[in-house]
Amino acid sequence: MKPGLFKISPGFEEVMPAEYRELVEHGPYGAGMGVADLGAFKELLEEHPLCAGCGLALSLRLFLASLPAPQDTVIVGSTGCSSLAFPQVALQNIHSLFGNQNALASGLKRALSLRFPDKVKDVVVIAGDGATADIGLDMVMHSWFRQENITTVMLDNEAYANTGGQESGMSPQGTVLYMAPKGKKFPKIPLPEIAREAGCAYVGACSPAQGKRLERMLRRAILVAREIGPTYVQIFAPCPTNYKFKPNETLTRLKLLEKEGVFQPKEYITREAQDLLNKLEGGGKP
Amino acid sequence: MVVEQKAVSVDELLFASPRKQVFITGSEAVAEAVKRANVEMAIAYPITPQSESMHLVGDLFAKGYLRDYYRGENEFAVMAAVHGASLGGGRVFTATSGPGTLRAMEMFPVWAGSRQPIVCAFMCRGVSLPPSIQPENIEMGMLLDTGMIMLHAENAQDFFDMILKGYAVAEQPEVHLPLGVFVDGFFVTHTRDLVMLPPEDLKLAPYDPTCSPVPAFDMETPPIRIVRDPLLNKSNFISYAANASWHQEVLAAAERARKHLNRYLGGLLEVEYPDASLFIIASGTAVSQGREALKALRAEGFEVGLIKIKSIRPFPTAELIAATEKAELLVVPEFNAGGWLAREIKAAIDNNSRVCASPRVFGGMTMPVELIVSEVKKAMLAKGLLKSV
Repeated sequence: MKPGLFKISPGFEEVMPAEYRELVEHGPYGAGMGVADLGAFKELLEEHPLCAGCGLALSLRLFLASLPAPQDTVIVGSTGCSSLAFPQVALQNIHSLFGNQNALASGLKRALSLRFPDKVKDVVVIAGDGATADIGLDMVMHSWFRQENITTVMLDNEAYANTGGQESGMSPQGTVLYMAPKGKKFPKIPLPEIAREAGCAYVGACSPAQGKRLERMLRRAILVAREIGPTYVQIFAPCPTNYKFKPNETLTRLKLLEKEGVFQPKEYITREAQDLLNKLEGGGKP
Repeated sequence: MVVEQKAVSVDELLFASPRKQVFITGSEAVAEAVKRANVEMAIAYPITPQSESMHLVGDLFAKGYLRDYYRGENEFAVMAAVHGASLGGGRVFTATSGPGTLRAMEMFPVWAGSRQPIVCAFMCRGVSLPPSIQPENIEMGMLLDTGMIMLHAENAQDFFDMILKGYAVAEQPEVHLPLGVFVDGFFVTHTRDLVMLPPEDLKLAPYDPTCSPVPAFDMETPPIRIVRDPLLNKSNFISYAANASWHQEVLAAAERARKHLNRYLGGLLEVEYPDASLFIIASGTAVSQGREALKALRAEGFEVGLIKIKSIRPFPTAELIAATEKAELLVVPEFNAGGWLAREIKAAIDNNSRVCASPRVFGGMTMPVELIVSEVKKAMLAKGLLKSV
């Protein structure tokens, strides 16, 4: 984004909504903000329509606060709960259809690279588990095989939540959900491992219970995607509405599941990506 | 290697430049059009009878005429990827056929709804009903309400011209819609024909993504914060009304395309022998067969005329009403079982019992001139316009 592009035209200062003025005055574009600065700048997500206690909402806030260059980031979503929050994000964002997010992002990234050869334009896909691991899996994996320079983020709430709570490929084995009346018959799809084998230079698995870790993984993923190839981050946050736990238990449950080893944070980094990260992180904050 | 090309206006390229005659296939005509279209990016996926044209587009990329090209993983993904590239502000091209069209079906209304001027060629063929790879254009009948502009090329010359003119129409700021150029596969793609080409050292001026009714998604084009109250999220009258008005605007944009189609195509339809009382009305290669049938019928003394429909969406309703006002019989030969063109014509004109939806051939069957002649005579007989065949 050209400096000064995001501003209020003279005479409109009074008319623009308060949250817009805040975004212009205290927004994160080019300001080098991060998760540690939350509360000290105007966040990119203006309210959200997701359920109380939704881990995706928190993940999305952390995700947006973690972007290394929000002023030059276009995000691509897909159908699902998270897409309901997308229109309230102050970044240009695209919701095309259910499952086609990585194919669309491939074309978008290539077009932006042609149009802005001297500028880094980060294209980040952020979609749910149904969009990523089920309906869109072929396109997700082919974008990895093709070595597209995009980052793919899965918001794993372990169900099709927006449609009322059906089983997804990421639901745990045995779970009784709609369309799995006798319990799910197969385990969670091991997408981090699939991503590693399919050519992702960086893979991370985290949860919104640890914001700093999420930020580190996401930044690594985006920085590696710029230079090397596709990267993947999986954010674990089961749906309180459909797994029927109290909204105020989301984070304690995440911590407990991690302590019990049910949820395992992961990082798979190729040697090339590790060399790049050593170089970038050696010099402090990227 | 790559010819140094000068970017010029579509008028200079297509109307003012001298043309040279070549003898090429329809697939080669596609490549000749793409070569002059200043396309930044093309994405391909194989399907018969489309593949050869996208091979040739790939060769153009290898030579340096295009800046990016790849084979996607399926047609839905390809149509999504060209959508992404178009949203990012690039001029794109792709092509498909029959089952590929159906595989990608969900994307076409999204192209229109997001107002992207994507140009796609459709080399029509049978779909699996039962399976056929042969020429047939049933897929066009399935795309009529996707919001796309639809042009039906009769031959390789049309195919070449309509792709280039397609960019000129689709990219008009007041139109800015996807545009499909359709041909009957094999008949046009795999046969050689005489085609008049403008010089290869000229190309269309580049696409300007700032001349668009919607911003390019590049974080450089305001507004950066696009919507606040989304259409989808709320179940209330305001959101329904917003959705409906956007939808109406897509339809209105196609209406605004008429004047540009008139200018570039010389009309949405063409009439031969306008004073005739009986017309053969067709689109695509059925026009060529209809023209031959017309010659045979006129040689027998029948006052037959021909109407070639070039634009299917928008449909030339007013032109058709005017052209058929005095006609007693309208025979519509088609390369599909559904008879979608006859349905369109019946819906457009008054006194539609004048329409004879025949002959219809499909499954790989050809449309011999004799078949059209005999169907015309049978229809005349049924109407009492002829005593005996």
